[in-house]
Amino acid sequence: MKKAVIFDKVCIMFGSAPQKALPLADQGKSRSEIQAETDQVLGVHNCSLDVDEGEILVLMGLSGSGKSTLLRSVNGLNPVVRGSVSVNDGGEMVDVAQCNAKTLRHIRQSRVAMVFQQFGLLPWRTVAENVGFGLELAGVPEGERTTRVEAQLALVGLSERADAKVAELSGGMQQRVGLARAFATEAPILLMDEPFSALDPLIRTRLQDELLELQARLKRTIIFVSHDLDEAFKLGGRIAIMEGGRIVQCGTPREIFSNPASDYVADFVANMNPLGVLTARDVMVPGEGEGGGVHAEMPVRDVMLRLREQPRLSVESLGQRIGVVTAQSIVDRLSV
Amino acid sequence: MIWLSDNKIPIGDWAEAAFGWLQTNGGWFFDGMAVAMETLIEAILWCLQTPPESLVIAAFVALTWVIQRGWKLPLFIGLGFLFIVNQGYWEETTESLTLVLSACVVCMGIGVPIGIAAAHRPRLYAWMRPVLDLMQTLPTFVYLIPAIVFFGIGMVPGLIATVIFVVPAPIRLTHLGISGTPTALLEAAESFGATPSQTLWQIELPYALPQIMAGLNQTIMLSLSMVVIAALVGADGLGVPVVRALNRVDTGLGFESGFVIVVVAIMLDRMLRVGDK
Ligand SMILES: Nc1ncnc2c1ncn2[C@@H]1O[C@H](COP(=O)(O)OP(=O)(O)O)[C@@H](O)[C@H]1O
Ligand SMILES: [Mg+2]
Repeated sequence: MKKAVIFDKVCIMFGSAPQKALPLADQGKSRSEIQAETDQVLGVHNCSLDVDEGEILVLMGLSGSGKSTLLRSVNGLNPVVRGSVSVNDGGEMVDVAQCNAKTLRHIRQSRVAMVFQQFGLLPWRTVAENVGFGLELAGVPEGERTTRVEAQLALVGLSERADAKVAELSGGMQQRVGLARAFATEAPILLMDEPFSALDPLIRTRLQDELLELQARLKRTIIFVSHDLDEAFKLGGRIAIMEGGRIVQCGTPREIFSNPASDYVADFVANMNPLGVLTARDVMVPGEGEGGGVHAEMPVRDVMLRLREQPRLSVESLGQRIGVVTAQSIVDRLSV
Repeated sequence: MIWLSDNKIPIGDWAEAAFGWLQTNGGWFFDGMAVAMETLIEAILWCLQTPPESLVIAAFVALTWVIQRGWKLPLFIGLGFLFIVNQGYWEETTESLTLVLSACVVCMGIGVPIGIAAAHRPRLYAWMRPVLDLMQTLPTFVYLIPAIVFFGIGMVPGLIATVIFVVPAPIRLTHLGISGTPTALLEAAESFGATPSQTLWQIELPYALPQIMAGLNQTIMLSLSMVVIAALVGADGLGVPVVRALNRVDTGLGFESGFVIVVVAIMLDRMLRVGDK
């Protein structure tokens, strides 16, 4: 699998003397301890993570856990104190923590685009002018810009409002403009910092669905920051859970749900609806069922429907019967 | 106490020495500046005085229409000018307008770049603030004297005195606007790979435009408030009849010319009020 972004032991420290604080962070001291001793604020510490091309990776954690800080290292908005952040620049990996200003600008103009929680739109510009902002900075000529902007507007369903000022739009519409602006540069890597958190729940769900639809067509690499586990599980192919500036667990939603690495992760997971995550494999017990079986990766939701017709379902994987699901086995698994 | 007053700190002597040194060593600089300002003043004066009055008035009315649309304000501006002609102050008004316009060119030309530089360098602004305060609080008459020393009598020292008094306003307002640009917008630009100059032109200046326009408006109003002072160093314009009236204790003349100044002030203010809408 080709990598889009590789975080290698990334440390980010805020303050005037970050080097002084690194040894303390290496000893595993917490943010408040480090701040008390050295007056430096720990952003993230020793975060390593590979992001595959085409996947949606969600950074998830409580507020202040360092999600935004880690995300913003990808396009150099936060300088890295130690470690490296390599970004795929059409085949070769560029370390944005070390590269010169010109290379960084090239990465920002054509490889990595960003969507912000507070939209970050220019209020004196129209919708279309906002969408074309990144292209304008990259020096794309006017004619080509217009066509590309129109295409993006159509994609997010805003063609009618192209000439409206952004302030006239609702929050959901404004974030569609933000998405279109990021998609317009055709950057293969998208950074999204809680893009839907400022929106009403209904609009949020709708935009999540739209994002998944767009992603199915456009196949970008998306690093998505969220503090909402349901959102993370819905969007994320993989989820990296952060606590106090460190990554505590990274894996698919299922892995995290079935095997929380710590109490912190378990607390998160306890608050969510497990039916969307677990599969037949997770709720089966050893034994043999009757009749036609179900596949081991079938979501529990669907398994439950099947149980109505057939109280003991065999679970199959690679042509083998590997276990049995009953109503009782599901209840037992969920009540642990 | 006697000791204290016997050992006076020679502030006055120092100032004189400093000005003397500047005069001998910086003569070429002040001469160059005087020539540049003279040229600017001559050019503007030529534009206002060579064409017939009716043409100049029509131009101002048209300009008002371009800025404000509607018909009420252009009509008001036209009537205002006709009143000035009626009172016999046309020439003085063009001279004062010249002073105001030159002050605008110089103050905005200096003030906006300095305001931008100050907004990008907080330390620089910390240094500048007391200087700006001094420029605005020092009684104007105090720097009229060195203005005469360096530039003689006439429009140029009037313009210099005006600029010193007025330029802090556009500097402060430009600084306010640029440094108030929300971080979110700056980061959005940065994340899409904007160069510093793109950030300035695409983000900071458009964001600060209302404040910069307010700076222009203040520049005009403050310059106009300096016409009487400028007349004291020999600048032509509406200040001259006021000073004359003061010398002769001529109430009628004083009131008349003062009223014309007020009319000009109101006209310019209304003409340029863009931000309110
Ligand atoms: N520019 C900054 N200067 C100083 N401290 C910062 C800065 N940005 C973030 N921090 C600190 O770094 C920590 C992590 O912040 P952040 O990454 O924004 O958390 P999250 O996005 O997970 O809520 C917080 O303690 C925050 O106060
Ligand atoms: Mg955040």
